[in-house]
Amino acid sequence: MSGRAGAELVSFDEALSRYEPVIGLETHVELGTATKMFCGCPAQFGGEPNTFVCPVCLGLPGALPVASRAAIEYTIRIGLALNCTIADWCRFARKNYFYPDMPKNFQISQYDEPLCTDGWLDVTVDDPDGGGPRQFRVGIERVHLEEDTGKSLHMGGATGRIHGADYSLVDYNRAGIPLVEIVTRPVEGAGALAPAVARAYVSELRDLLRALAVSDVRMEEGSLRCDVNTSLSPRGSGRWGTRTETKNVNSLRSVERAVRFEIERQAAVLDAGEQVVLETRHFHEDTGATTAGRSKEEAQDYRYFPEPDLVPVAPSREWVEQIRASLPELPAARLERLRSVLLTERSISPADFEALRNAGALDLVLQTVSAGASAADARKWWLGELARQANATGTDLADLPITPDDVARVAALVAEGAINDKLARQVIEGVLAGEGTPDEVVAGRGLAIVSDEGALTAAVDEAIAANPEVVDKIRAGKVAAAGALVGAVMKATRGQADAARARELILTRLGQS
Amino acid sequence: MPDELTRMSAAGLAAAIAAGEVSALEVTDAHLARIGQVDEAVHAFLHVAADGARQAARTVDERRAAGEALGPLAGVPLALKDVLTTADMPTTCGSAILDGWLPPYDATITRRLREAGVVILGKTNMDEFAMGSSTENSAFGPSHNPWDLSRVPGGSSGGSAAAVAAFEAPLAIGTDTGGSIRQPAAVCGLVGVKPTYGGSSRYGLVAFASSLDTPGPLARNVLDAALLHEAMSGHDPRDATSVDAPVPPVVAAARQADVSGLTIGVVPELSGEGYQSGVLARFTEAVELLESLGAKVVEVSCPHFSYALPAYYLIAPSECSSNLARFDAMRYGLRIGDDGTASAEEVMSLTRAQGFGAEVKRRIMLGTYALSSGYYDAYYGKAQQVRTLIIRDFEAAFEQVDVLVSPTTPTTAFPLGERVDDPIAMYLADLCTIPSDLAGNAALSVPCGLAPEDGLPVGLQIMAPVLADDRVYRVGAAVETALDSRRGHELLDDAKGLAR
Repeated sequence: MSGRAGAELVSFDEALSRYEPVIGLETHVELGTATKMFCGCPAQFGGEPNTFVCPVCLGLPGALPVASRAAIEYTIRIGLALNCTIADWCRFARKNYFYPDMPKNFQISQYDEPLCTDGWLDVTVDDPDGGGPRQFRVGIERVHLEEDTGKSLHMGGATGRIHGADYSLVDYNRAGIPLVEIVTRPVEGAGALAPAVARAYVSELRDLLRALAVSDVRMEEGSLRCDVNTSLSPRGSGRWGTRTETKNVNSLRSVERAVRFEIERQAAVLDAGEQVVLETRHFHEDTGATTAGRSKEEAQDYRYFPEPDLVPVAPSREWVEQIRASLPELPAARLERLRSVLLTERSISPADFEALRNAGALDLVLQTVSAGASAADARKWWLGELARQANATGTDLADLPITPDDVARVAALVAEGAINDKLARQVIEGVLAGEGTPDEVVAGRGLAIVSDEGALTAAVDEAIAANPEVVDKIRAGKVAAAGALVGAVMKATRGQADAARARELILTRLGQS
Repeated sequence: MPDELTRMSAAGLAAAIAAGEVSALEVTDAHLARIGQVDEAVHAFLHVAADGARQAARTVDERRAAGEALGPLAGVPLALKDVLTTADMPTTCGSAILDGWLPPYDATITRRLREAGVVILGKTNMDEFAMGSSTENSAFGPSHNPWDLSRVPGGSSGGSAAAVAAFEAPLAIGTDTGGSIRQPAAVCGLVGVKPTYGGSSRYGLVAFASSLDTPGPLARNVLDAALLHEAMSGHDPRDATSVDAPVPPVVAAARQADVSGLTIGVVPELSGEGYQSGVLARFTEAVELLESLGAKVVEVSCPHFSYALPAYYLIAPSECSSNLARFDAMRYGLRIGDDGTASAEEVMSLTRAQGFGAEVKRRIMLGTYALSSGYYDAYYGKAQQVRTLIIRDFEAAFEQVDVLVSPTTPTTAFPLGERVDDPIAMYLADLCTIPSDLAGNAALSVPCGLAPEDGLPVGLQIMAPVLADDRVYRVGAAVETALDSRRGHELLDDAKGLAR
């Protein structure tokens, strides 16, 4: 069965011509609560192995869980933001299976009574065939709460996987961290956009969770983990195919690639007259391929039953409404608000709006404008110099150590003529380097424009004397050649001259104004 | 003097210590000496913590000398069932798989007892993981009934009962899942109480069946049991199923010892065929006694009690199959087959095969089957429905009566070895006690005489509604007082063997 690892593929377009993909996503989110799900240990990433543990999260004999109210509240926040119904009464359940990183050899989870059900999330993807942005409503089947497991480290092998390892170590710091599982309904009808819809869903969900402040949603640290289900339905057949569940999909790009690969692989299997096997598959970041894992037909019987150590969760309607009232502005609503403000009131073009949105700079631009900058200046700095700096250092724009107020001040300094664009870039560099506010950087680096006419006149005279050929051209009426002299002046003043004034002086001296 | 000390009640000892008539250390030493004398024959203890006990006793003496107010059980020795964790003593649950395990923490009950100045003498023998009715399922050999060493002391808290009956301790903690406090109390001639479920904390109680497990007191009289009940009970934020309500006034009720004006219901489903004639005779006399003391006696049918045993043998094994999954050799306890080549799964499998006894394996298999996909509804699901019907039977009965009564066990103590190969016969020992475990209500067993045919003690079971624990003490104390005065002496004075 594992021999399908190097399966042949059918090209994506060809696959789409014969099959309609159906996708579904299961996302696990580690909550950012201060403590673990069922004990008082810190719920933190990292730390010396096995230091954030106690009898409860180690599952020691006799220890008992007590559910965290904060984790339940966070889950309700997520459920409400995803337009779900919040259960009046539900229970935790035990999911029984043996694995060394599971301290009790059962996981406290939820089974047939999830805390949140029946919601949706709208996502937008661009149709490359020119249809423009298309919106898809992804149905949310359930949002439930469970505890995370510990982490196994397989030592001595070449692959870091259990096979071939000499021994394994287990770190239980992660055991018992609250984990929310968000399960979508099958998404049909996306066609060739299915991989993009999967990606957009995870991206949108990530933004939503970040806005709710319930998790740090870092895919690379595993606080947001995604399983992608894919199946193909022969066009016109009206029946769904057998699905596979792809795990180890750890970035937005991987989500898209994994769906695409499974579509191409399953099409080849079906074209060959074979059956798609109901199984778990592993995604490989390096090759973009998936390989077969555990077959679902051999899957274990988890023997779910209601967790007898815990009492039912019965959130009062008042509490749920309090939580609803305390929800922050959600990304979709925020986007609409920003669109209306920036497009209508601030005359940002739709194309620039999309560019700012993709760069995650909408809020920053709006705040910069609120601090007094023009929309054009705000757009220019955030999408230009600052985007370049963010790229170079691999951080998000919002995480750069510069505030919208700082950027607005830089723009104001340029508008006042105190500095020019070139100096402005140095000011920004100084602010990012922690040298202080823009004004402090200007003072500290001595970046004020040379407005002393004497010094400037001297520099102009020097430039004229040093470039007789250029001078001749200008005198002959080729005013554009003045640029070369301006450049010389700027060089001589280490960029601190007012270029426009220098040009004016040069042309006056040469009788061209 | 030492012998007199071991024969005193817990209340009497506490009073003598408080009055300075005897030191806590002398009391502890007297009991340690008694253990040294008889426990080789009784085998009530798996671990005796002489140094720790003497240290705890000295602390009580120092506190008294410093003029501190002492609690009602300060300085009184106690035997702790080896299913509650103790940070300074091994905790084995009677199983080879936990042999030598030293827990890093105290159970809530352990902590409360220490804070009350109770002196923990050691850990008592039990059926492995509390599964059994005779202590014969202990990996460390059975305990013996002090009334007749060839007979079982009941179980699973048989070691705790034997220790109290043999005067090795005036008090003991047991745990009751299907009758594991009341049944050994009955067959050892003691008072044993299963409090309302959630009335006593399960934090640090190594779980057998989470929805049933209830720690409770064992003592030689009702007042002592009540004193221990109050000391060990109360809300515990570490146990989500702990009841956040005041502890019922059980000590006051034990002192009240009066049944006039109460209506008492006899459950016909808990008597008749299969019950030993001497047990039924003593039970009938006890009911007549209650009537003579001013209670109104009526018969109340609880039709679903007949299904309690089969429902219990689906629910308890189901929960245990999951609770005992953690014993996998990965983090603590026994580890078999770890030769550097075996996989984790192989080590788990070998360890569990060797570390668990036959009864534990039987129940894990029963429970695993009952929870399996496709069987869940027919077994676990159906058993939970029966449980609901039994709860309704109790509710309907308690609309008519204040308490229900029955024999605690169908027979007196049976001979060691008699039922080890016949699980069903063993399970029947808990026939009368299981309904209250399933419903979570309070129940007490108090001695009501000796069966004429074998001269062994018979227990009267008194059952009260959830959180009405005081009622079982009130009625139990009334029966005890009347029987003692009629007899002219305490029941244990009639005992044979080491119970004397």
